[in-house]
Amino acid sequence: MQLSRDDLKRAYRSMFTIRTFEERVDKEFALGNIPGFAHVYLGQEASGVGVCFDLTNDDYIGSTHRGHGHCIAKGCDVHGMMLEIMGKQGGLCGGKGGSMHIADMTKGMLGANAIVGGSPPIAVGAALTQKLKKTGRVAVAFSGDGASNQGTTFEALNMAVVLGVPAIFAFENNGYGEHTASSYAVGAPSIAERARSFGMPAEVVDGSDFFAVHQAMGRALERGRAGEGPYALEIVCSRFLGHFIGDPQAYRLPEELAQARGNDPIPRFRKGVTEAALLDDADLDAIESEVLAEVEDAVAKAMAAPRPDISTLETDVYVRY
Amino acid sequence: MSKKTYGQAINEALRGEMLRDPNVIIIGEDVAGGHGASGEPGGVGGVFGMTAGLYKEFGPERVLDTPISESAIIGAASGAAVTGMRPVAEIMFVDFVGVCFDQIYNQAAKFRYMFGGKAKTPMVIRTAIGAGFRGGAQHSQTLHPLFTMVPGLKVVIPSNAYDAKGLLISAIRDDDPVIFMESKVLYGQSMEVPDEAYRIPFGEANVVREGKDLTFVAFGAMVPRALAVAQTLAAEGISCEVIDPRTTSPLDEDTILESVAKTGRLVIIDESPPRCSLAADVGAMVADKGFRSLKAPIKAVTCPHTPVPFAPNLEDEYMPNPRRIEEAARAVLGYR
Repeated sequence: MQLSRDDLKRAYRSMFTIRTFEERVDKEFALGNIPGFAHVYLGQEASGVGVCFDLTNDDYIGSTHRGHGHCIAKGCDVHGMMLEIMGKQGGLCGGKGGSMHIADMTKGMLGANAIVGGSPPIAVGAALTQKLKKTGRVAVAFSGDGASNQGTTFEALNMAVVLGVPAIFAFENNGYGEHTASSYAVGAPSIAERARSFGMPAEVVDGSDFFAVHQAMGRALERGRAGEGPYALEIVCSRFLGHFIGDPQAYRLPEELAQARGNDPIPRFRKGVTEAALLDDADLDAIESEVLAEVEDAVAKAMAAPRPDISTLETDVYVRY
Repeated sequence: MSKKTYGQAINEALRGEMLRDPNVIIIGEDVAGGHGASGEPGGVGGVFGMTAGLYKEFGPERVLDTPISESAIIGAASGAAVTGMRPVAEIMFVDFVGVCFDQIYNQAAKFRYMFGGKAKTPMVIRTAIGAGFRGGAQHSQTLHPLFTMVPGLKVVIPSNAYDAKGLLISAIRDDDPVIFMESKVLYGQSMEVPDEAYRIPFGEANVVREGKDLTFVAFGAMVPRALAVAQTLAAEGISCEVIDPRTTSPLDEDTILESVAKTGRLVIIDESPPRCSLAADVGAMVADKGFRSLKAPIKAVTCPHTPVPFAPNLEDEYMPNPRRIEEAARAVLGYR
């Protein structure tokens, strides 16, 4: 499917927003402006954007501990996100969630998730709703290679087939589950093969290529929207930084780290679209300037914002109690 | 004897027990770390560094890196334990026991009873607990009540480096499943800790500070907080006794009752939500068995009945903080 110039600009904006946002999170964390810990999505931008590109606000995604990129790709407001990550009033979750729990129900974003393998079963349920209500919408579970080893994930894959729900399992294989390589921890030739063995179509995708991810997701979406059942993607990508910000990564030699950065999805996209004369440098530069200004503004506003009011500590535990 | 952190004390206990008993193995996520990467494996030693160096010393048959598969980690530890090994499994954050709780409470905890006393399950589950780390709702809980209510489990919650070492050695040598809860905020705290092995028995509370006007019972990371408030009140001539039960199962009821018999006033400080908490448990026990000693209602200082919030100001208010502990102490002391 041919993307329009506006589509291409939207894709670049989304990827570059993730890149800029995450580089800024890394920096603000080092400055002590972000409490706790954070896991950034640097290097995986084409995956999140490729998967979410054709989703609407009525399609759902469930995310991971490395969720900022998914949030942005699904349309979450970067101002609300930065407020949340800094633990400030006005954050997308009122400052109660933080980096690992950003959610926005108005965008179909069912939350980042700090439990590995948390999202796949939830996505099965969200997909069940779509099936029962005949919406034609889908639910996507983002998981890492690490989560592909969780029992919750196996159960979700199987149940999605059994119930025939429009769930799409997007396994982002960035090579590492925390500090252990997927080559060690995934005892199967591929995650896609594993998913296939549960009875759904699955494919391995180059996660540094936006177009490859977008096209593969197109096939998954077509099947989901037609009510034909689940689909799995193993999106092979690179984790530029450590498991969390500050991970010294002594287990990865400098050559490996350099290699990880060698297949950067953003210059790859830029080179592809400019060489094909689909967009020119001026278009892309303009997007970059706007994004940089937007993220700068989000940081400035979040820094200046107050903490949540202490009275909110005990609110929203229940709807009624 | 030398100064060691709580974390170093844990590492030393693990190493000593591995040297002593070849059946002791360590199993968990990233307990070695770096497997399959371009560099050398073994450099991570657990996300908090508690198993640092052990992979290099004992090798891959004694220090086993697993996939992120908590049910299989705990199930495998139980299965190995009941067949002759002495595994120390690591669940990185206690919050993750949600994934594998069946293996803990339906399997490991019940083997001995269900099998009519014919099985032994000598395993330890080490896990990090506690808020104050800005970890959010799924990395900050203190779930000792959840384990304490399960018959068949022993539950240890050390409040300092000396106890951490002695209690962990006891846990590893114990023939029953033991949940060993490490307070994240204490990992860096240091004190004098003997170099040699020593055991601290389960079910023996530590009277951390003696006093006559008021008893504080506090668990884990709440012990230093109780001590700090005791110090504040001492400046006004109020004498507080601080009791650290060290294990919640078994619980040393006698030491608590003896203290309340002396002071007549009890404040329990428990970093967990209030319902079905250790505060509720100890409070009920004292109301039953120590009723005649009480000069005032028992007060509990706990977290509110909410998940752990992320924003630092909310989290600080969430935890039993010195202000709330002091308020409770004054309310009990002022009761007429």
